[in-house]
Amino acid sequence: MDQLVAFFDLSEAEWVAVGLSLRIAAVATLCSLPLGVIVALALARGRFWGRGLLDGLVHLPLILPPVVTGYLLLILFGRRGVLGEPLDQIFGVTLAFRWTGAALACAVMGFPLMVRSMRLSIEAVDRRLEDAAATLGAGPVWVFFTVTLPLCLPGFLAGMVLSFAKAMGEFGATITFVSNIPGETQTLASAIYGFLQVPGGDGPAVRLVVLSVILSMGALLASELLSQRARRRQS
Amino acid sequence: MLSFDIRHRQGDFTLAVAARIGPGLTALSGPSGSGKTTILKIVAGLIRPQAGQVRYAETVFVDSTQGLWLPPHQRRCGMVFQEARLFPHLTVRQNLLYGAWFRRVRGGQADLAGADLAGIVELLGLDALLNRRPANLSGGEAQRVALGRALLAKPRLLLMDEPLAALDAARKADILPYLEKIRDTAQVPILYVSHAQAEIERLASRILKLEEGRFIV
Repeated sequence: MDQLVAFFDLSEAEWVAVGLSLRIAAVATLCSLPLGVIVALALARGRFWGRGLLDGLVHLPLILPPVVTGYLLLILFGRRGVLGEPLDQIFGVTLAFRWTGAALACAVMGFPLMVRSMRLSIEAVDRRLEDAAATLGAGPVWVFFTVTLPLCLPGFLAGMVLSFAKAMGEFGATITFVSNIPGETQTLASAIYGFLQVPGGDGPAVRLVVLSVILSMGALLASELLSQRARRRQS
Repeated sequence: MLSFDIRHRQGDFTLAVAARIGPGLTALSGPSGSGKTTILKIVAGLIRPQAGQVRYAETVFVDSTQGLWLPPHQRRCGMVFQEARLFPHLTVRQNLLYGAWFRRVRGGQADLAGADLAGIVELLGLDALLNRRPANLSGGEAQRVALGRALLAKPRLLLMDEPLAALDAARKADILPYLEKIRDTAQVPILYVSHAQAEIERLASRILKLEEGRFIV
């Protein structure tokens, strides 16, 4: 037991990395949630031109090398970027080399997982229940909040957990876009990478690796439990 | 008084019907695929007809010549489906009160004698079921709850789409008396789809026969 405690006796810099990872993952998940719901709804229910294109675009970060996604973010949201420059000049929002930029990179990388889980749960909802609700006097918005959303909730939560877990583990896009600055953009993953680059860094790296495995497993387990509940609820 | 005059095409099937439906229970009978359910769905607003009119008293539900369309949640058509379609995440009590809540929000008046929760629970014998979840109900129980849920929304007309078809003979016999009670106490027109002759003969005050999308006399 004492050995276990000693093993996880992290240095201050390591705690900062863990804390930063949690904060970035939480912000990335919560900020992408509204857009995730809208895109999932559009893909599950919408019949519009460009639906296939949207589907492809959402899934792109899943198949692109993360370094490419990071580079694209740099082009778009860097200080001199197409969107980054007006954001910086007009709104005073800087993303490049800040933790907020890390959150953006994590949100983009986790987005396909979030949307996929939400979309599947929306598609599994029995549309006939929504028809029944409409004949009982519920308008479309009420139908969504009283029937569709409660039935999808476990799937939505699973999507959020997956997005959070992906953000906790994100490395390639983050380090390309916002680099590896201790206390600002150094997450769990980039801290591990940093330790492995210096002699004698194996010890702290292993500690963080174990911590990372525990956090990821926990998130996956939570996601699995939630989707099991979703299946039970819809049967 | 419900009146409709509709033309609707689905693939190579064409529905072309007109009728005026007054109080009492009007049965729509005919072989499957003759368009019975389509008529109900058009009246309820779940299908938009390509051409024609549906109106209830002064209220226009749909009028294709004027481009008028009233969405289903504003029509106040109580609908009972073949499957109960209860909301699985709500208790029986919450299911029963679902439509009643929207009714109250829109400030409705009572169109149905004694159509409060206690009255409906009594009428349909739902007392023991109120705190249960739909997943734990038998088919007959679920269908009774669905009936109660439709009635509690205080509809101005009731649409029933083969409400007994999914039940075995014993359960049908259980529910028939309730349907008779509803027919005799509800002051609203009931449009009842079925292809079971015995059921129709027992319940209907008027029968409309449908064949290949047309009424036959």
